[in-house]
Amino acid sequence: MYLCRRIPKHLQSSLKNVKHNKSTIAPEQVQSESSVVVSSRLIEELQGVVGKSNISTAEAVREQHGHDESYHPTSLPDCVIFAENTEQVSHIAKLCNNSRTPLIPFGTGTGLEGGINAIKGGVCLNLSKMDKILSVNQEDFDATVEAGVSRQTLNTYLRDTGLLFPIDPGADASLCGMCATSASGTNAVRYGTMRENVLNLEVVLPDGRIFDTAGTGRRTKKTSAGYNLTNLFVGSEGTLGIITKATLRLYGIPECTTSAVCSFPSVQNAVDTTVNILQCGIQMARIEFLDEVAIDAFNKYSKYDMNVAPSLFMEFAGSDGTLDKQVEVVSEIAQMNGGSDFKWAQEAEERNRLWKARHDIVYACMALQPGSKPYSTDVCVPISNLPDVIIKSKQLIDEAGVIGPMVGHVGDGNFHVFFPVDRSNPEQVQKIKDVAKQMALIAQELDGTCTGEHGIGLGKRELLEREIGEEGISVMKQVKSAFDPNNIMNPGKVFC
Amino acid sequence: MSAYRVLVGCKRVIDYAVKIRVKPDKLGVVTDGVKHSMNPFDEIAIEEAIRLKEKKLASEVVAFSCGPTASQETLRTAMAMGADRAIHVEIDGKEAETLQPIHVAKLLSKVAQEEKIDIIMLGKQAIDDDCNQTAQMTASLLNWPQATFASKIENDNGSFKVTREIDGGLETIKVKLPAVISADLRLNEPRYATLPNIMKAKKKPLAKKKPSDYGVEVKAHQQVLKVEDPPVRQAGQKLETVEDLVVKLKDGGFV
Repeated sequence: MYLCRRIPKHLQSSLKNVKHNKSTIAPEQVQSESSVVVSSRLIEELQGVVGKSNISTAEAVREQHGHDESYHPTSLPDCVIFAENTEQVSHIAKLCNNSRTPLIPFGTGTGLEGGINAIKGGVCLNLSKMDKILSVNQEDFDATVEAGVSRQTLNTYLRDTGLLFPIDPGADASLCGMCATSASGTNAVRYGTMRENVLNLEVVLPDGRIFDTAGTGRRTKKTSAGYNLTNLFVGSEGTLGIITKATLRLYGIPECTTSAVCSFPSVQNAVDTTVNILQCGIQMARIEFLDEVAIDAFNKYSKYDMNVAPSLFMEFAGSDGTLDKQVEVVSEIAQMNGGSDFKWAQEAEERNRLWKARHDIVYACMALQPGSKPYSTDVCVPISNLPDVIIKSKQLIDEAGVIGPMVGHVGDGNFHVFFPVDRSNPEQVQKIKDVAKQMALIAQELDGTCTGEHGIGLGKRELLEREIGEEGISVMKQVKSAFDPNNIMNPGKVFC
Repeated sequence: MSAYRVLVGCKRVIDYAVKIRVKPDKLGVVTDGVKHSMNPFDEIAIEEAIRLKEKKLASEVVAFSCGPTASQETLRTAMAMGADRAIHVEIDGKEAETLQPIHVAKLLSKVAQEEKIDIIMLGKQAIDDDCNQTAQMTASLLNWPQATFASKIENDNGSFKVTREIDGGLETIKVKLPAVISADLRLNEPRYATLPNIMKAKKKPLAKKKPSDYGVEVKAHQQVLKVEDPPVRQAGQKLETVEDLVVKLKDGGFV
């Protein structure tokens, strides 16, 4: 076992039986040595806050909370605690802060960067029991939810109001978890990301203070009042505090929606089409790119029969009249760029099936090499540099001889390669990491970022330093120490 | 081929996503302050009726609900999805609690006759009582054919070819119209009401009626004696050996 921690006797025997996936640990995957102890005293005190049934040191529970959907190996927290309200969260934070115990907020565990892995052990704070939808203001298009509410739960609740919360990262993630990673998704091209759609947050700081980033009850479309603390916490990946409530911007459900898939003779053609469409100022609902490797995976996993070629998955939404015009213009642009084989999906069932299959693409890619875990890249560049970075990335993937299906929110200049990783094959792991790093460096050279929406988590810490620069990182670290002087909040993430 | 007139029944029930709690007096479940919405199977029925209209097979879709005043919200949702008008049979809170499928079936058959309906579309069952009786009773009262648990409906020159989900698999039958059809889960995926349609629905006609307008009595036939939670799940026991397991099974009288 590669953990070097003093562990209380009553936990030692259960830890001996923990099975980790066999893998040669690459340098940056070694867990930091730490002498963190979650003492039996602390566990008792935590029990006192939430009750015996809301805290667990059971191996199975800790294992579930020690990994997300990424390739990063499981790192067990010492215990998992379930909070039922903000006061409990505050109390828990104080106890952890006073004992310098790492504290990791947990939403749904659907992240892709190892954000919740307890690499320094500690307490995993599961917020799923705080699952109330507190208010929906239909005329003002806003809703306030607790930390445990997932986005599909909210949209199901809203379905007869004609409103929806459109940010769609694929997984049924918790909305506050989406705030923490500044999530985005296939709809960002039309609705933006979490950054643009959070009006207010209730946050618990490591010292237990509870506050609202825009002031209690505020839910205006815009504000100039004081520092923008709301957007400081959006994207902070649990390193500054715990988000316990979010007030979100809602939108009207589009009147008419229709989807189409179009294939192209080359990646360049598909990407050029995207750039042209956006430069025409057309308000697409979704515009997604899949390369031929991804389409092949897609066909096999979701039982479709799409043309195995670089393709664009498009969704048009609007009122009756505007839709036809959009479809006309986009079809022309696609054809101009060699696009063909338009497949339309108009009925709700067909469209839902299509987009579900698109969202299942991670699993589809893993199925290409059964037993794999996903290593995903997330580079994002200005639209005009997109063809460049995609083509260069494809070259790197081909040269390395690895499976690298490419899927992307090309409308935002953002795309992912979901490498299936066999963690027991260190050579493959290293090859993939090298390619991913190269891709991020290319993107950074092209005025882009190494992560458009997944976050820094565990795997991109060095890339962040390069991207923001020394001064920027030192400013970030200053902010971190102002909020969390004892570094208990999700230690080891975002910064090295 | 003339276009059909469709009557769709919608029931206002506790929203399917809500965690149900039993009332302290154990005579029912908590409904105050709890989110209510249209019975999901009724949403599917409305959607199918609207699709018939879009295919020009139906000329008018009338939504129907019986219950307290709040049922009108459900009818507005039906109209926002595309129903042309609605009929609300007002039944006050107390009587609504003891309303049974037979009462609803009687009302539906009277309305169908008055409105010269060709197709009655219902959800297969309501998610609060799970009775699964209204469609069958209505067909019987009207002496109309019934196609229940419909997962696919196809037009067949004055009749309908309906695929039904049954225990053994799928059964396809031909139903002459007028008929009663009950919608099962896989019939379609209902559309969401959009804001402009919700606005328009506010202006669509909603007729307010009473059971006496149709000569139907809605007196309670039954009395709920008790409503209880299912027993709390007991913790399992981990045993070391097969021998221990056999002893435990013998002691428990299982072998």
